[in-house]
Amino acid sequence: MEKELWKGNEAIAEAAIRAGCKYFFGYPITPQTEVPEYLSLHLPEIGGCFLQAESEVAAINMVYGAGGCGVRVMTSSSSPGISLKQEGITYLCGSEVPCVIINVMRGGPGLGTIQPAQGDYYQATRGGGNGDYRTPVLAPANVQEAADFVRMAFDIADIYRNPVMVLADGMIGQMMEAVEWHDIEKRELPAKPWATTGTQGKREHNVINSLYIQPEPCAEHNEKLEKKYKLIEEKETRYEEIDAEGCEVLFTAYGTTSRVCRAAMKLLADEGIKAGLFRPITVWPFPYAQLKKAAAQNSVKAVVVAELSLGQMIDDVKIALEGSKPISFIGKAGGLVPTPREVADAAKKAIGR
Amino acid sequence: MAIVYQKSKGLTDKELHYCPGCTHGIVHKLVAETLEELGIIGTTIGVAPVGCSVFAYDYFSCDMHGAAHGRAPAVATGIKRVSPPGTTVFTYQGDGDLAAIGTAEIVQAAMRGEKITVIFINNAIYGMTGGQMAPTTLIGQKTTTSPLGRTKEHAGMPIKMCELLSTLDGCVYAERVCVTDIPNLNKAKKAIRKAFELQQQNAGLTFVEVLAACPTNWGKPPIKAVEWLKENMIPYYPLGVYKDSAEVK
Repeated sequence: MEKELWKGNEAIAEAAIRAGCKYFFGYPITPQTEVPEYLSLHLPEIGGCFLQAESEVAAINMVYGAGGCGVRVMTSSSSPGISLKQEGITYLCGSEVPCVIINVMRGGPGLGTIQPAQGDYYQATRGGGNGDYRTPVLAPANVQEAADFVRMAFDIADIYRNPVMVLADGMIGQMMEAVEWHDIEKRELPAKPWATTGTQGKREHNVINSLYIQPEPCAEHNEKLEKKYKLIEEKETRYEEIDAEGCEVLFTAYGTTSRVCRAAMKLLADEGIKAGLFRPITVWPFPYAQLKKAAAQNSVKAVVVAELSLGQMIDDVKIALEGSKPISFIGKAGGLVPTPREVADAAKKAIGR
Repeated sequence: MAIVYQKSKGLTDKELHYCPGCTHGIVHKLVAETLEELGIIGTTIGVAPVGCSVFAYDYFSCDMHGAAHGRAPAVATGIKRVSPPGTTVFTYQGDGDLAAIGTAEIVQAAMRGEKITVIFINNAIYGMTGGQMAPTTLIGQKTTTSPLGRTKEHAGMPIKMCELLSTLDGCVYAERVCVTDIPNLNKAKKAIRKAFELQQQNAGLTFVEVLAACPTNWGKPPIKAVEWLKENMIPYYPLGVYKDSAEVK
């Protein structure tokens, strides 16, 4: 299949169109702005609607309205903008409205910087909004995956009636790489009898809503959602292992940082140290059991977590390993990316070399 | 036996939760009757707010969304932009919802000229949370968060939404009404009907503000509350048409 050169953000936008998404509501913020720019030109061409909202708050609520009508809809933003969307995300989860949310992460906290970072891991995996809810989060490590995961995200959203986040970072959003528009796995999608399409006088009214004022029904609703989240954990957990078999150092990293680890693995190989990589593809659900198994090999002396933050995913690694292996950390926050040499040195230190 | 009156098909059989003397029930009825008369219950999607009318999604028989506090015009925008032509979309919002936390959403929806109808209930107080000061609370009016009465120095002058929105080109119809007596109720019904008719013609955003009584949180029996509304609210919030830039065809 032919390969094309695509900028990450534009590939994300094009992938949404290829997934049958005709509606986008967003707000400009660096480093994701090419997503709305691309869609503002191309959605009208297919009879869809691009609308620049007055704020991220409004944009996510437009998504809530649109998604409730049963259409495929997307919004995108970068870290501070995603913070503003948290209210909408918890309503979307509570009301079980499917949609896709892109976060092209930048440095924080607050206004931070426009350079790449992975400091929104807690927010993405634990939820920045109120209440018990979960959103599946796919973390691409290159532009090809960004293009694939956006399309997968729409299916996951529809199958489980839940928002799905694609968690990229400024590096992936801004760089250009080869993309193949191959088919993704075809999944069976449910009908949407719950959608507000007008009763047409033929059925009881549909209500999109997250309010359950009596405690018993609200508890029941939470338990129903929890069952769904358990099912997602069971069916949708994704990860990748690279050269992990028989490795001495097991890197654990996602997204851009996983690529720095791969470069570090080569440096370490030159020095006679066998290093492998465990890469969560879904950061929620996190592949706890799979990571524990990979780290349980006798050969593994240390698990080295690398992040573009000062340590967020490391909490999940600790949960996964339950103290079974030593864990060390290398990370930078605020828009800087550790070099392969720095990561390799951290690994050497972890195993006393 | 001939039926001389019956509940509108625009309403469900759900029992309303409103306090005695509250005007929400009347306005629900007027909206529901309008949807029925225009034959659009089956093609209408409503958006309920957060506030006393938070359960409005249970009362209207058309498809409904419950929105986050203040966000109804954004939710309605999303619905309208993706729904087939001919779909009617309305929001039903109180003054805390629309004129405080949702100010950006209503102003921007009006600026864009979203083809939606907004029913705005102004009772000069937060009802659901138990009588706090609203942006529409009158000067001198005592609430649980302005216990000595609202002052201009501290909280500014109450916001006049009809006047504000009528300055925007995309808002094609804005009228302030009340439902304190039959003549006014009839005027309110006419205004609501016109607002929906103009939406059907894709004219722009249509806005009907209804001055409403809140006996419970005003601390007045229903009849006294209506008197207070007439004596205090109407002088500051004059009734009438503020914008009428599109003709009903």
